Amino acid sequence: MNIIVCIKQVPDSTQVKVDPKTGTLIRAGVPSILNPYDHYALEKALAIKAKTGAKVTVLSMGPAQAVAVLRLALALGADEGVLLSDRAFAGSDTWATSYALATAVKKIGQFDMILCGQMAIDGDTAQTGPGIAYHLGIPQITFCESVDSDGTRAVVKKLIEGGHQIMEADLPVLITMTMPVDYAPKYPSFMAAHKAQDKQTYTWTAADIGADLHKLGLEGSPTRVSRIFPPAARQKGEMFSGSAEEMAAKFIEILKKESFIK
Amino acid sequence: MIQIASNCVGCGKCVSTCPFGALSLVNRKAVANASCTMCGACVSVCPVKALSLPASGAAKKDLSAYKGVWAFIEISDDGQKQFVRPVGFELLSKGRELADQLGEELCAVVIGDNIQPYFAELSSYGADKIYAVESPAYHDYNTAAYANAMVTLIKKYNPSVVLYPSTYIGRDLSPRISSELFVGLTADCTGLSIQDGLLIQTRPAFGGNIMADIKCPDYRPQMSTVRPNVFKKVVTRPGAMAQVVNEPIAVPVEAGKVRIVSKHMDPIACGEKLDEAEVVLAGGRGMKDKAGFDMLESLACELGGAVGASRAAIDLGLKPKEKQIGQSGVTVAAKLYVACGISGAVQHIVGMEHSDTIIAVNKDANAPIFNVCKYGFVGDARQILPKVIDGVKKAKN
Repeated sequence: MNIIVCIKQVPDSTQVKVDPKTGTLIRAGVPSILNPYDHYALEKALAIKAKTGAKVTVLSMGPAQAVAVLRLALALGADEGVLLSDRAFAGSDTWATSYALATAVKKIGQFDMILCGQMAIDGDTAQTGPGIAYHLGIPQITFCESVDSDGTRAVVKKLIEGGHQIMEADLPVLITMTMPVDYAPKYPSFMAAHKAQDKQTYTWTAADIGADLHKLGLEGSPTRVSRIFPPAARQKGEMFSGSAEEMAAKFIEILKKESFIK
Repeated sequence: MIQIASNCVGCGKCVSTCPFGALSLVNRKAVANASCTMCGACVSVCPVKALSLPASGAAKKDLSAYKGVWAFIEISDDGQKQFVRPVGFELLSKGRELADQLGEELCAVVIGDNIQPYFAELSSYGADKIYAVESPAYHDYNTAAYANAMVTLIKKYNPSVVLYPSTYIGRDLSPRISSELFVGLTADCTGLSIQDGLLIQTRPAFGGNIMADIKCPDYRPQMSTVRPNVFKKVVTRPGAMAQVVNEPIAVPVEAGKVRIVSKHMDPIACGEKLDEAEVVLAGGRGMKDKAGFDMLESLACELGGAVGASRAAIDLGLKPKEKQIGQSGVTVAAKLYVACGISGAVQHIVGMEHSDTIIAVNKDANAPIFNVCKYGFVGDARQILPKVIDGVKKAKN
C-alpha cells in the first residue's frame, strides 16, 4: 500500500505578533512549523504504515527552506519526501496549488490513499485537498477525525454539522483530516532524526513534473487581491474601570438595564 | 515576483503593507525579495502605481453570457427531521441585494429528496427561480453526486455568481466544483458587494489584522463561501412563489465509491448550540485555564447561554475546536455577547460583531475588542466574573 501525505510549512500562529500600526503580521523571527492538521494526518498515515507496512511519501510545495518539514516527517517515520519548489509556483492560489500537487502525485505514480490536513492554519481555506482529489479524478472525504485502512478500503470518522458519520471508501481516495481537541503533535527523538538522515528527499521544479505553466502561479489562479485595508474603525464603547467589586456591580446593572436578568 | 517600475518614489507604503515582509527600501526604491508570493496586496497602496503583477497571458474570454446570482441551499437531516439549513436563507437575502445591483435574477439551487415543501419559504427570501434536483438518491449528501449536479447546472445556465454555505457540506462541495470549472473560490467571505459589475469578496487575510477585497475578473462564475450568521436573513417577498425548474440529473456511478456506514448526532448538552444561542459567553487566552472557563460555564448556566472561545484559547486546549468563534470557527449573532480575556483580533471580531449587545472584559485598556463593544471593563475577568455570577444568582432569587 502507498500513502502520500501532503504537508505545508506555516508560521507558528501562536507566536505571530501583529504590527499595531499597520495591522500586518510581523513574520521576522517567527519560527516555522509543520501545519498541525498535516502533522496529525502524517501520524495517522504512520499508524496505518505500522499496521500494513505501507510506504509513506510526504509531498510539499514551498520555498527551499520548506524541506525542513519533509525532514521532520522523515524523522517521524515517513519513507520519502518530495518538495515542489520553483518560482513558477509563486502567486498560486488554491486552484493552481492543487493542480501542482496533483501533477506531482501523478509523477510519484503509485498511491492508494492521499491524506491532507483539512486546511493550513495560515490560509484557512480547506480547498486544496478537494482540489487535488478532483485533478486526480478520485473521491474525497473531508474533515475526518480518524482514518483506518486494511489496504483494500478506507474507513473514516467524518464530522458533519452536529455530529459525525462513519464512512467507507474504495481506494484510491483522498482524505482530509481535522484534529481532536486534545491533540499534541509528536516530535522525533534525536536518535530518530539522526537515523532519518539517510532517507531521500527530492526537489522538483514545474518542468520536472511536466506541469502546464498556464495552470501555475498567477496565470493558474483565478482569484486576485484587489485591495487590502484595516478593519473599519468603530465607536468605542462605554468604558469602566475600578475594583473588581465595583465593575461586577456595574456589570450586573447593565445586565438588568438590557433585560438579560430581572 | 512583484514588478516595481522606475517611477517608485520610495515612500515605503508598500513595505509596511506587505504581509510577508518581502519588500524593503534600497537607495529609496522598493525592492522585493524571494519571500514575495505575488499576493498583490501592495499593488493598490502604491500612490504612483509603480507596483504591478506580471500580466496574465490568459486569453480574455467573453463573459457577457454569464448572468444570475445563485445560492446553493443545503438540506439537512438531524436524524429526526429534514430541514433547510438557515444559512440558505441568509445567502438568498444577500444574493437578492447582489442580483438587484446587477439587474439579474436570483436562483436557489436545491438538491435533495422530497424538497417541494421548502419552495414557498425559499421564495419569500427573494428567489426568482428554483432549480430543483430531486430524487431519493440525493437524500444524503455525496460529493460526487452533488458536484456533478452543480457542474451540470452551472454549465447549462452560466450564472455569474454562485454562493455556498461555509458548512461541512459547502466546504466539501465548492472546491470540487471550482476545480472542475477552473474558476475562483473565496472562502469564508464576511462581505459581498458589486463594483463595476464584479463581485467584491471581502475577508480577513493573511492571518493578520487586515481585510482583503478579492475578485475574479476573468473567470465565471465568481464563487464564494459564507459562514452561517454572517448575513441577516430578510423576507423580501412574503407570499411570492418562485418559478420552479425541475432538473432531473442522474447520479454518476462514481458516487458509489464513498458510502455512509452510520450516522451519529451529538446530544445537545446543557448549553444551547453556539451558533443559535441568544447569549454567548466567550473566553480567550486571558481566561488562562480550565478554572477560568468554568466561570464562563457557570455564568452561561445562570444566563441560559452557550460558551465559546477565541482561537488562542482553542490553541491552548481550553475548549474543543467546534467551540471556536471567529473566521475559522463559528460565527455567532447573539443578543448578548460577553468577551472575556479576548484581545479582539480581526479573525475573532468577524465572528461576533453582528451580536446586539457586546460586553468586553480585558486587562489591556488598548485591546481592540473594546472598539466593537457597547460596554468595556478594563480588568481581570477572572477577578470580576465570580462576583458577577454571585450577583446574577442574587438578582434571580
